[in-house]
Amino acid sequence: MLATTALPAVPEPVLPEPRGPLSIAVLATLRGSTAPGTAEIGAIEGADPYGEDLQLALYCCYELHYRGFAGVPHDPVSDDLEWDPRLLGLRQQMERAFLTALRADVAGGTDVTAEIGALLVEPVDAGGVSHHLRRAGQLWQLREYVAHRSLYNLKEADPHAWVIPRLTGPAKAALVTVEYDEYGSGHPDRMHSRLFAEMMTELGLCAGYGAYLDAAPAPTLADVNFISLCGLHRRLRGALIGQLVTAELTSSPASDRLVQAMRRLGCTAAATEFFAEHIEADAVHEQLMRRGVIAPLLAAEPGLAGDVVFGIQAATLLADRFSDLLLSRWAQGRTTLRDSLPDSPAGGSASWSQR
Amino acid sequence: MPAEPVRRQVTVTDDGPVLVHGPIEVTLDDGQRVTSDRAVTALCTCRRSRRYPFCDTSHRRRVGNSSTPSSDPGTGGCGN
Repeated sequence: MLATTALPAVPEPVLPEPRGPLSIAVLATLRGSTAPGTAEIGAIEGADPYGEDLQLALYCCYELHYRGFAGVPHDPVSDDLEWDPRLLGLRQQMERAFLTALRADVAGGTDVTAEIGALLVEPVDAGGVSHHLRRAGQLWQLREYVAHRSLYNLKEADPHAWVIPRLTGPAKAALVTVEYDEYGSGHPDRMHSRLFAEMMTELGLCAGYGAYLDAAPAPTLADVNFISLCGLHRRLRGALIGQLVTAELTSSPASDRLVQAMRRLGCTAAATEFFAEHIEADAVHEQLMRRGVIAPLLAAEPGLAGDVVFGIQAATLLADRFSDLLLSRWAQGRTTLRDSLPDSPAGGSASWSQR
Repeated sequence: MPAEPVRRQVTVTDDGPVLVHGPIEVTLDDGQRVTSDRAVTALCTCRRSRRYPFCDTSHRRRVGNSSTPSSDPGTGGCGN
């Protein structure tokens, strides 16, 4: 009889609980029962494009293109559901609703230089989440913030890998340089997603991929869904570059504030390493994105300027909504997760709809 | 015929760091040596970096009013 090797099992993502008719339809399909029909597509008409139901349904559709889901009894999610035309049809309708809302809610324009210039100044009295955590954040708030962020950061850089074949020449080379750094420059233990998982473990959180999907409210999902949306569509490559440049330009000073927050809260060096790494890494990535990617991309395809601006503005809008949610609920002493963490105040799923 | 040498790329920016391609070892004026294994390293030129000799974006202009967004969508790609 063979001895069992005592390697720790990698937790596999499990399907979340639905939040309304659209996510019921998508999750039923993923469980292998029925495919979405015209009734579900009709349900999009009345759905809030930023709401819990549509964003979760969209998130589940996108997850098929990353790691998929496991743990479904007797009927494991089949890989070919990734390209199931009925599921793709529903996804397309949800994407249209999401994009229409975003385009209506941003100012638009084509002045990439002005948009980037606005991101390159440091407001001394800004009130974002990293500012709050640096000044007055509590450990449970930091843990909640990291749980939210795990939806993206455990697959950090993955959606941007999809844009590589859609770029050419210098823009492609510079984007790959950024991605190479994100993936640890050939060292798996330096991959940013790995550093994030180690930080989660240090903070006593579950570092399993997708572990906080049920806990994540719509603004968290919308933030990640926008990246997946732009990553999966070639026609949105300019918007993806706009999203990425927004992230890279704002990351370095924010990461510095989060390192300060974590040191003040007594976190270990292993816990702070993720954000410490991003102070220096993203100071480089900012330069590579501006000079190496955006400049040659717009020289080659000047018609993409409007999409880059859209990506910057939409990423900022979604980040603002996420930030507003966290800060407003923390100000009331309430959890920001649908399923609160053990050390968070009560007020998770039970009171979620009362906010 | 000798091959053209592969020259290390160094980029001087107008508003911030000097970008150096390839892993580097930097000797500071006190003799201390620091290394960076990144594909590209941003070396601070304004001397304000708290992670000197590496850039931490401290060269950025600071503004006093709140006309800027309340969030900072960065640290690896999504809002904070």
